[in-house]
Amino acid sequence: MSEPASQPGRHGPPQADALHDNNHPPAWRNPTPVGTYDLVVIGAGPGGLTASREAARLGARVALIERSLIGGAKLNAGCVQTKALIRTARAYAEIRDAKSYGAVGPDAVHVSYPAAMARMRDIQARLSRTDSAPRLREARIDLYFGEARFLSPDQVEVAGDVLHFRKALIVTGTRPQVADIPGLAESGTPPNETIFDENECPARLLIIGGGPLGCEMAQAFCRFGAHVIIAQSDPMFLPKEERDAAQVVSNALARDGVEVHLNTTVVNIRTKGDEKIAELAYEGRTFAVSVDRIITGIGRSPNVESLNLDAAGVGYDLVSGITVDDFLRTSNHRIYAAGDVCLEHKYAHVAEASARLATRNALLAGGRRLSALTIPWCTYTDPEIAHIGLYVREARQRAIPVRTITILMHDVDRAVTDGEEEGFVKIHVRQGTDRILGATVVARHAGEMINGLSLAINSGIGLRALGRVVHAYPTQAEAIKMAADVYRRELFMSGPNVITRAWLALSRAAHRWLQQRRLP
Amino acid sequence: MPDEGAQSDDALLDRLQRAAFGYCLTAVNPENGLVADTSRPGSPCSIAVTGFALTCYLVGVKRGWMQRDAAVARTLTLLRFLLSSEQGEQPDVTGYQGFYYHFLDMQTGRRTWQSELSFVDTALLFAGVLSACAFFDRDSQDERVIRDSGDWLYRRVNWQWARGAATTIRQGWKPEGGFLNSGWNGYDEAIILYVLALGSPTYPLKADSFTEWTSTYQWENIYGHNFLYAGPLFIHQFSHAWIDFAGIQDRFMREVKCDYFENTRRAIHVQREYARRNPGGFSGYGKDFWGITASDGPGGIPLVIGGRARNFAGYAARGMPFGPDDGTINPCGMLACVAFAADFVLPAMRQFAANYPEALCSDRLPSGLNPTARSKDNRAWMSDGYFGLDQGIVVLMIENYRSGLIWQLMRRCPPIQVGLRRAGFTGGWLG
Repeated sequence: MSEPASQPGRHGPPQADALHDNNHPPAWRNPTPVGTYDLVVIGAGPGGLTASREAARLGARVALIERSLIGGAKLNAGCVQTKALIRTARAYAEIRDAKSYGAVGPDAVHVSYPAAMARMRDIQARLSRTDSAPRLREARIDLYFGEARFLSPDQVEVAGDVLHFRKALIVTGTRPQVADIPGLAESGTPPNETIFDENECPARLLIIGGGPLGCEMAQAFCRFGAHVIIAQSDPMFLPKEERDAAQVVSNALARDGVEVHLNTTVVNIRTKGDEKIAELAYEGRTFAVSVDRIITGIGRSPNVESLNLDAAGVGYDLVSGITVDDFLRTSNHRIYAAGDVCLEHKYAHVAEASARLATRNALLAGGRRLSALTIPWCTYTDPEIAHIGLYVREARQRAIPVRTITILMHDVDRAVTDGEEEGFVKIHVRQGTDRILGATVVARHAGEMINGLSLAINSGIGLRALGRVVHAYPTQAEAIKMAADVYRRELFMSGPNVITRAWLALSRAAHRWLQQRRLP
Repeated sequence: MPDEGAQSDDALLDRLQRAAFGYCLTAVNPENGLVADTSRPGSPCSIAVTGFALTCYLVGVKRGWMQRDAAVARTLTLLRFLLSSEQGEQPDVTGYQGFYYHFLDMQTGRRTWQSELSFVDTALLFAGVLSACAFFDRDSQDERVIRDSGDWLYRRVNWQWARGAATTIRQGWKPEGGFLNSGWNGYDEAIILYVLALGSPTYPLKADSFTEWTSTYQWENIYGHNFLYAGPLFIHQFSHAWIDFAGIQDRFMREVKCDYFENTRRAIHVQREYARRNPGGFSGYGKDFWGITASDGPGGIPLVIGGRARNFAGYAARGMPFGPDDGTINPCGMLACVAFAADFVLPAMRQFAANYPEALCSDRLPSGLNPTARSKDNRAWMSDGYFGLDQGIVVLMIENYRSGLIWQLMRRCPPIQVGLRRAGFTGGWLG
């Protein structure tokens, strides 16, 4: 559930009207609650939508509560918007780089930021149709707009109505943390999300905190022509990623012109005329940068405060969110939670997968464990970083012997023909076996490529079997097959080749014997 | 330079080694024994280069390029400085807790460039100190003083303190902000730091810190070679300058049935293979032109060369195959591989000398060469002057290839023996 917003008005661009007709119709009237719901879902983001549709399909009586806009952060506050903008930014990067593709580009590249924003809003409006309020009603989901507030362990209030439930699912998501920087509030810096409502690309942009989304935005805005500075307190770039993955993306950002300051904190922000002056500290020294816009990407806070969770007996923490077990049950066993509000990995597809699992656990007998899921994720920089399963450090910390097979994209024919040679596929396998523990892909289309590995891991397919799967040529996903081929080659080098060599020697001897017998 | 094609391998190496050795003679301040980081005017002292220089003197004695007395005198001058220089928490002293600042003023010997108290550079300094203690084994007054002083200085280093609140050693410390925000991650040159810290009789590091550090290792197959990955070449060389890793194994290497010496050989194969593939399309790269490592570089503004946008870094740790790589190689890095892969290095050096004679006009190799970035006279860009670390590693590694002097010497060094054993090394010369 995104932050409470003022009631959507009809004074934006036409796409905004279409969007609001879908994700919060101004004339919407909440249904009248009757009896006890099998499931009340709080939050109509990706997790809530998945859960309520799943519950309705199972035949449950289901209510869905949203305090602001259907679609949550995925559709309204970052995910879809950034991906649309990233595509336009990538187009500009390719136009500038036309020569390297054997094409002739224009003498000068003129960027139309308003055109990029208009496309973004079109896409947002189009995608909002799938889960529009009328469609949810058609799917036999009782949709309530309003703030949800628990009254007791089995009652929740919304917009003056009291809903009784057998089970409830909290999928209220998170919101960006407000950085505690002296002067930030006074500087009049607007919230991060409003950057998607602005029609002018900032000439100079400071991004505080270099998380995945911060890096995506930095690269996109840089390609739109902004001078972008990332300042992050961590000494390592993209600290949660594998070092080589971070290195490749760091190279790409540097080439695009993003200025990255690691191990650097913003200690003060002040306003001078139209510009903001940020004071940065690095190893005891300070220096100032002047910018037009600031985005703080230091983390996200769970949306838990307004739910009155104490009345429901649901344990939570203001930093880590709602406490759940491996079945996604809260401390009140009638109530479940899923998605960003309770999980470490805050991605839309994680919210969807966990919400589906929680819904089935809540409504049906049998317990499905979250830990049984292996979920990939992706950072949509160019090249992208996608990961699934264990990192090497995690495997080694668990005393699992691990080795990595790496295929560089510059060895993949299709990557070379496409001029998309940056990156690699790394597959981590348990030593002495072909069991895939995890994988990292850095490539232009890493997010697409990781799905093949996700299928393999979740289906228990090892590298040996993967090596027998014929891949279309030329494709970039062939890199996965090439890694499997390395495994197979080594296997034949190490033992079984004794058998094959013996067999071939026997065949040759038999051939010679037959030839000799044929001689007159 | 004479026609290197007509020279024997040993004569070629002798020339290159002697030229590199000459750096220690010209870059030293004879008053305090400190050795400059580079040959450029105003360069401060690097304590790591000073450590390399201490071992270079031994090579000089062995090769007859320096009298033993002169080497003793130089070593004593430095040790007296290290003993008498000020240690403390103040920002302008020479060291703290027995460690030394990365860069010192050549004249005063005090901290400069706001540098950090560098733990790994202190380890390289002490590798040099301990090599001198092992080499100067005569019963003369001066050589006794060298041994006693070196031992005292080594005992003073508080390796336990260098962990801060963590299990593993931090990268450094500054009086302005305390411990640097990062530790060591993945395989790197810190192995000698851990060995010396584990071998300390006074402040020994716990063995679990080595286990913790090696838990960040990554055993990886790249271009068909299985090896303990690290991108820049120097990581595969620096600790090896003093420690003979051939045939000895820690737990990690036992598990993967390899050793660190063989690992460096494989890393060289991968470097060479990368240069042959040359995915970045850089000029010059090939089987005889590699050495992607810490090096000086062209720097400056981005350029479009041959239709490709190129960014050039200045002095930086370059690596492959994941980068950063801007077409700069360090010929010293390539030459220092001779102890591991002479069959690759010697033909490559002859080819290098033929293609880039300007880089060998004084037999001493520069710290960076980039044929993609052309200089004003349309020659390959070349680093000005010389860098001490490059010259030091060239002297030591050629000597290890030619005679094994340093490896043999350090096998007898108690802190090395103890440190290796406590890190879990067994087999080979360790018994």
